[in-house]
Amino acid sequence: MKSISRKGSAAALLALASLTATPAYAQAGAGDGNRWLTFTVFAVIIGITMYVTYVAAKRVRSASDFYTAGGGVAGWQNGWAIAGDYLSAASFLGIAGLISLYGYDGFMYSVGWLVAYITVLLLIAEPCRNIGRYTLSDILAYRNDPKKTRVVGALSVITVSTFYLTAQMVGGGVLVKTLIGINYETSVLCVGVLMLAYVLFGGMVATTWVQIIKAVLLVCASLVIVALVWVPYGFSLPAFLKDVVADPKVQARVATLLGDPAKAMTAADLGQRFLEPGLYFKAPIDQISLGMALVFGTAGLPHILMRFFTVRTAQQARRSVVWAMAIIGGFYVLTLFLGFGAAKNVGSANIAAVDAGGNMAAPLLAQFIGGGPDSLFGDFMLAFVSAVAFATIVAVVAGLVLASASAMAHDLYVGVVRHGKEVSPSGQVKAARVATIIVGAMSIGIGIAAKGQNVAVLVGLAFAVAASANFPCVLLTLHWKRCNTGGIVTGMLVGTIAAVGLTLVSPNLTYPKAVKAAAHKLLDGAAAKRAAATEALESGDESRVAKAKKDLGALDKAVGKANADIAKWGDAQTSFMGLEQPLIQLKNPGLISIPLGFLGVLVGSLLFRDRRAEEMWNEVYVRQNTGLLVSKSTAH
Amino acid sequence: MATSEAVDWDAIIRDPRFQSLHRRKSQFLWGLMALSVAYYFMLPIGAAYFQEVFKIRVWGVVNVGLLFALSEFVVAWVIALIYSRKASQDFDLLAAQISADFASTGSPARAVAKP
Repeated sequence: MKSISRKGSAAALLALASLTATPAYAQAGAGDGNRWLTFTVFAVIIGITMYVTYVAAKRVRSASDFYTAGGGVAGWQNGWAIAGDYLSAASFLGIAGLISLYGYDGFMYSVGWLVAYITVLLLIAEPCRNIGRYTLSDILAYRNDPKKTRVVGALSVITVSTFYLTAQMVGGGVLVKTLIGINYETSVLCVGVLMLAYVLFGGMVATTWVQIIKAVLLVCASLVIVALVWVPYGFSLPAFLKDVVADPKVQARVATLLGDPAKAMTAADLGQRFLEPGLYFKAPIDQISLGMALVFGTAGLPHILMRFFTVRTAQQARRSVVWAMAIIGGFYVLTLFLGFGAAKNVGSANIAAVDAGGNMAAPLLAQFIGGGPDSLFGDFMLAFVSAVAFATIVAVVAGLVLASASAMAHDLYVGVVRHGKEVSPSGQVKAARVATIIVGAMSIGIGIAAKGQNVAVLVGLAFAVAASANFPCVLLTLHWKRCNTGGIVTGMLVGTIAAVGLTLVSPNLTYPKAVKAAAHKLLDGAAAKRAAATEALESGDESRVAKAKKDLGALDKAVGKANADIAKWGDAQTSFMGLEQPLIQLKNPGLISIPLGFLGVLVGSLLFRDRRAEEMWNEVYVRQNTGLLVSKSTAH
Repeated sequence: MATSEAVDWDAIIRDPRFQSLHRRKSQFLWGLMALSVAYYFMLPIGAAYFQEVFKIRVWGVVNVGLLFALSEFVVAWVIALIYSRKASQDFDLLAAQISADFASTGSPARAVAKP
């Protein structure tokens, strides 16, 4: 167990968590003299979103207003909102960071996040608009047993959203702490309270606008930074990259990553290596598994699916995905420049010093091109990018809370508990608001409780559950005639349990025995290394002394960490699951759990019979293809 | 559930125009889907097993791998545009025709009587 989660491809999803390792001396905030700038920019952006919420709150009267903004969102608006819902801090800061630290692999990683929308566009968006009303379970309940499918659907939605939400709250808390220098608990509370205010008062109307504002700010901020980085090269890609690979900081970074083999390489080769694959991803199978979770999971993310109920027709749903793909894809192309620009200008070592996961790459680059630390414009750029990052977290969290709350209020309360009894429009809105408070309070509580935990794996897990449970169920109920209640219930359960279960026995967890063995091995070898370094120190050769000093520093650090690990794990021999070593080597379960989820739907459908599902097939199939009666269902 | 008694779904399913819509749309969608998934997974597979190809420099320091990764974006956008053009110029029109015929009367008789 040499590579614990940090190298994991699933872990890459939210390298944010590694922020917890941020040393106290390296706060990334604006210089003390310019902190007022940070607060001013934050206040302006929060002020705008609060005003939007105030206006929106007056428009929220019915459940349809609360869950879907009354269905009155235009395609292009929804496209921006999807981008705002989707581009979480993990992709904004995380991918730029990965590129700045690992070069090519970071950029390659971003591709899957866009390709995922092809699945959404071709198979999911339009049928969902035509069949559904407020939630993912509406689609499942249409031809299958409403009570059973609403229960399993809601459970899966809440599972996926809670995983994602926890990762966002913990990552967001640490991020805000690093960016503006307030403590962790206060950060989580700020994110939580602000998000609650948007959702509670403004429902989907306010959430949509907050997401649009955030996406516009994010794209503008990135465009400005990229333009400033790229303009010295006359907007030429080869010229820009030539300068990147020629940079000694980049070359030194590659040498560090490669270790011994680097000694035989020239400086030019080392630089060029930064543009070649293999510095981050070591096991191809992990990457393929993660790719599957992304490409099929996005189409099963409840907070993304929910966005398609806010437009009126399938045509508008289609238009929203095309807009979203243009924005999201364009943004990832910009991160190429953010990442490489940060590697060259700020330097990978400096980025990693502030945050080992690289999350500060984009903010630090902004500060650099603005004139560097303690310059007025540099600190303004840093403050602006930080505020955008904050808005990013709040907007994503708001979408997630709304999705969870709708599953709780609309599916579980109105659909199952109060089944058969009419719930008045105001009663429905009230239920939705109560559910929002519950989910919001829970997310704040979990965020604070999970302080310091490595939550990186949770984003990968959220995508894996969405891909293994939600995606097969939604896809097959829409496209397979024989699909029925038995299939949906089996598929949801098998997919969820497989994804969660496989993650619990994967290398993502900490295996104390392996950690301690590695620590002991390091300690055993430390004496010899120390002796060698001490000898070099006394040799009098200047370069050898310098190297020995560096080595000793690194050794002290490693020994300290090894001792801390041994003390931390004490007598523990097994992981949280009682295992001494992982049962599978896959870091993301997608490769196994997605086929299992599909198999669950197939087998369940064939084993059980359900007359209603069969009788409703013609209606479901015609409606999803023609959009007949769609206005009727949105008007309800 | 929406009140669906007003529309004769079975009749629409039997309508030759719907059959044709269904057939062409399915072929088109699943074809594009297979294409995009295949193209996407070529990237991680190539990066893992064809590193020598990915390392070939073609435009200054820009290598095949970088261009291939960039091409993933272009291909995704092109697929999205191809689909939305096809859908709005073809599938939408046919679906609207079918909907109009069946929704207005609620009876398949008129529609079936049409040539």
